[in-house]
Amino acid sequence: MRHALLALLSDGPSYGWKLRQDFEARTGEVWPVNGQVYTTLQRLERDGLIESDEAEADGAQRRFQLTGDGREELGRWLQTPPALGVPQREDLVIKVMVALGLTGVDVRALLQVHRRYLVEVMREYTRVTDASPGDVNLAMVADAEVFRLDAQVRWLDSVEARLVESGLQLQPAADTSLRVLPHRRAKIGGPR
Amino acid sequence: MSVLELRSVSRSYGQGASKVAALSDVSMAVEAGELVAVMGSSGSGKSTLLTIAGTLEEASEGEVLIDGVAVATLSLDGRAALRRRRVGYVFQDFNLLSGLTAVENVAIPLELDGQARTSAHAAAMAVLDKLGLTALAGRFPDELSGGERQRTAIARAVVGERRLLLADEPTGALDSLNGEAVLRLLRQACRDGVAGVFVTHDGRLASRADRIIYLRDGHIIDESPAMLGPESLLTNDPRP
Ligand SMILES: Nc1ncnc2c1ncn2[C@@H]1O[C@H](COP(=O)(O)OP(=O)(O)OP(=O)(O)O)[C@@H](O)[C@H]1O
Ligand SMILES: [Mg+2]
Repeated sequence: MRHALLALLSDGPSYGWKLRQDFEARTGEVWPVNGQVYTTLQRLERDGLIESDEAEADGAQRRFQLTGDGREELGRWLQTPPALGVPQREDLVIKVMVALGLTGVDVRALLQVHRRYLVEVMREYTRVTDASPGDVNLAMVADAEVFRLDAQVRWLDSVEARLVESGLQLQPAADTSLRVLPHRRAKIGGPR
Repeated sequence: MSVLELRSVSRSYGQGASKVAALSDVSMAVEAGELVAVMGSSGSGKSTLLTIAGTLEEASEGEVLIDGVAVATLSLDGRAALRRRRVGYVFQDFNLLSGLTAVENVAIPLELDGQARTSAHAAAMAVLDKLGLTALAGRFPDELSGGERQRTAIARAVVGERRLLLADEPTGALDSLNGEAVLRLLRQACRDGVAGVFVTHDGRLASRADRIIYLRDGHIIDESPAMLGPESLLTNDPRP
């Protein structure tokens, strides 16, 4: 968010309220921000990356502009490789790897529980973007989320394929204490 | 009445020890206006399900009904007419006729059904146009890219007054925006009162369906019901 604000200021000075509006327009509704814009502007000013003339007015009414340091920082940031940690995926990996080590867990059923959930979240993103067809920014940000979820679904598929190939863990032990909940199998077909 | 209904359909190939159960006891129904995705790993029976639904193959057990008519009660001619008029099919490997141009490929089901050449071609051009293929209408399949061939095959499946659209990996050779365009077209066709079923490995495409059916080893193992409204993501509505 720091750098997104620097980027908005690279076109010239702007007011706090306007920056907030522009920021929301660029990232779409997918990443809502609540009041964070003004605190971030304060910190950027403290760090000497932006400056404003009227110190008294509140964040929304002040006019900010980029400093030389700020411009340099923006250029550096654009070229820095992204941080590649993806906590949600690690969480999923941990759950599945733990499940593999347990006896009495139907791992394929567990994989399907997660697969279905991930695809359902993807459906919701798809819905949101389709509801505003002209909003290219929203579509791009939603694409990023959907591709990330898709990568996790593919990972689940590959876990399942590897399990099948190696003949491991396909059937849960008969006497199971830890059971994956049976799927909600709605009546197949018929109008909802 | 459902456009497509499968009742306890099974299909096996081969005999004795080499017998493969490609589909086991599959029941499902698809209504007009509904688009259903079928997901499952390779070999899970997705194409088998689709070919049986499209009357290209027969079930070993169980019943297939299209618009309430049991397919098994139809003569071979009756089934062929049903396929031409009612069922649009996109094959996993496109199945375009190499001696015909793109627009001829799209027009052929209409012409075979007795429609005059000029009106069949006009209808074909209209669909090709929706898929961004107007300029390529005069090319033969081997003069088209994989993705263009795929879109032509889709145009052929949606042309005319179909009731049931079946598509096997309809976006396999397409990049993500073209894939989306194809799904939109299927979606749009389904809004116009057609029932659609498509097969995919891809969760992103499946996420554009009204319902998702998951197959494994020939069984339906799970199903995602109809979607929530677009607000749900933003307001965190509790799931039903
Ligand atoms: N004509 C056939 N003869 C024998 N076995 C067959 C035949 N057609 C399909 N099968 C078998 O039936 C099973 C299901 O095949 P199907 O083509 O329906 O899978 P699929 O889910 O479409 O896979 P993919 O994603 O690879 O296209 C597989 O084990 C396949 O080998
Ligand atoms: Mg197949």
